[in-house]
Amino acid sequence: MLWFGDRRPPHRPNPEGTTMIEARSLSKRYKDKLAVDNLTFQVRPGVVTGFLGPNGAGKSTTMRMIMGLDAPTSGDVTVDGRHYHDLGWPLHEVGALLEAKAIHPGRSARAHLLMLAESNRIPRRRVDEVLELVGLTSVAGRRAGKFSLGMGQRLGIAGALLGDPGVLLFDEPVNGLDPDGIRWVRNLLKGLAREGRTVFVSSHLMSEMALTADEVIIIGRGRLIAQRPVGDLLDQSAQRFVRVRTPQPDILVAALDGAGATVGREDDGSLTVRGMDATAIGDLAARVQAVLHELSPQSASLEEAYMELTEESIEYHGAQPMVAAAAGGNR
Amino acid sequence: MTVAATSPLDAAPSTRVPAGRYRITDLMRSEWTKLRTVRSTMWTLGVTIVVGIGVSALATGETRAHWSSMSLPTRLAFDPTRVSLTPLFFCQLALGVLGVLVISAEFGTGTARATFAAAPRRVPVLVAKTIVFGLVALVVSEATAFLSFFVGQAMLTAPATHATLSTPGALRAVTGTGLYLAVISLFALGLGTILRHTAGAISAFVGVLLVLPIIIQALPGSVQNEVTRFLPARIGEVMTNPRGVPLHAFSAWPGLLLLCGYAAAALVVGGVLLVSRDA
Repeated sequence: MLWFGDRRPPHRPNPEGTTMIEARSLSKRYKDKLAVDNLTFQVRPGVVTGFLGPNGAGKSTTMRMIMGLDAPTSGDVTVDGRHYHDLGWPLHEVGALLEAKAIHPGRSARAHLLMLAESNRIPRRRVDEVLELVGLTSVAGRRAGKFSLGMGQRLGIAGALLGDPGVLLFDEPVNGLDPDGIRWVRNLLKGLAREGRTVFVSSHLMSEMALTADEVIIIGRGRLIAQRPVGDLLDQSAQRFVRVRTPQPDILVAALDGAGATVGREDDGSLTVRGMDATAIGDLAARVQAVLHELSPQSASLEEAYMELTEESIEYHGAQPMVAAAAGGNR
Repeated sequence: MTVAATSPLDAAPSTRVPAGRYRITDLMRSEWTKLRTVRSTMWTLGVTIVVGIGVSALATGETRAHWSSMSLPTRLAFDPTRVSLTPLFFCQLALGVLGVLVISAEFGTGTARATFAAAPRRVPVLVAKTIVFGLVALVVSEATAFLSFFVGQAMLTAPATHATLSTPGALRAVTGTGLYLAVISLFALGLGTILRHTAGAISAFVGVLLVLPIIIQALPGSVQNEVTRFLPARIGEVMTNPRGVPLHAFSAWPGLLLLCGYAAAALVVGGVLLVSRDA
């Protein structure tokens, strides 16, 4: 553990069965809008947990509630079993990139980090270390107001790493970064998780999470839609099918129907077969002597799996107004 | 901009977690860094000192230039201490703006979120801010008051009368004016904490100092006299005057105490709102 050096890490990494961030029935109502609705989830150390949802789904609000910046209307969220408010040295325990440019435009990058460091008795040399780490050393003395969005993100990330914390929250960290920067952030997140830290990162882009996250928590309209490993998300998707081309479609379709598969005929003459894998389809085709020109398993992209899940949530919302009203009445 | 292909693992460890929890002294150090690393601080403090001394020099210089044409009663009524301190009324605007900015800029720029992420207990943050800004305001206010007094008196060469610190009431007037400026700027900090928005809080501050007296003048005479004494501007007026207390005013120290009460009330209300509202 080179990073932790000779001090005890704030949270001893223990990926098996530990929960670092725990939300229980978390809700947040702003005047007329229920931004977060009865959200319950756990975030484990040692993996990158993606926090996924369309814009306005309540991701940032949830992150602010974890940080104690916004008070929940009801429910509860803890970090390592404690409320954020009760952390002794918050920056040593939780680092967060909440939103880019939450920085006084007239203050230099170094001064911004220094004032944060001082509040948690972090030595001045650590400020230079994190500036080096995010590649801002050469512009450390420049006013943050002159920074590009990407540089602002890097400064925010530097602030998150300042206290060498065991829990890290990143709200849309790749926003405004160039491809180089995006790759750098991905590696950073994975590296932090490998060290046993808890890494919780929000994004509205499934494609980004597919490359970075091990596990995803998906929310829509403030509600939990799914929490599962990224791999499972694909397996459970109804979008998995096998594309088949044959000059004798009628014979094969009859046989597939008989075997219990669902078959769709596409405009280009191909068949889409669900509920049966490629091997079984090939065997069946041989038995009925149908010639195969193509037999290709198609897995849906994560993006499609995500769209499918969020669509469900919208249908669910439309169909359940009475339940939502009743739940609101109990509060 | 390119980034070195370093992983975070490559950085040498340099942070150790101290025992206990963050203290008010840690927060004060942080607040001091915040205060000294933005230009608005230097601007407003610079304007305070320059305007204070400059206008004092102008006012006393004007008197000296017309001394020979002044009537005897006017000469006898002339108070060199007061004339050198009255310009400090302009200073309270600059210091008040800084008092507002110290907190409103945090909310305006989003820095407040970084601040409260680092120190989630908000009352100690406000206390640290109040102490650090209060001390800076006090030092600058007193320096401005004394410098204005000395520069003003130096302008009043013979035959014009001038004062020294040993002139009766002069020392109280000079130190009191500095105290008034420091306390009124803490009142501005309180307004900034309550209102959060820079423009709104500055308007409220200017309203209390300059507009409220005008509104009160529209009231019937008897009511006016009862109310005027409670105005911060009236309290400041008494402060700059070394010769006793005008009608319808509190005397110097009770007045200052009342002003401290205003500042404390604004800060307490601000503190309560700071805790109860989302950052």
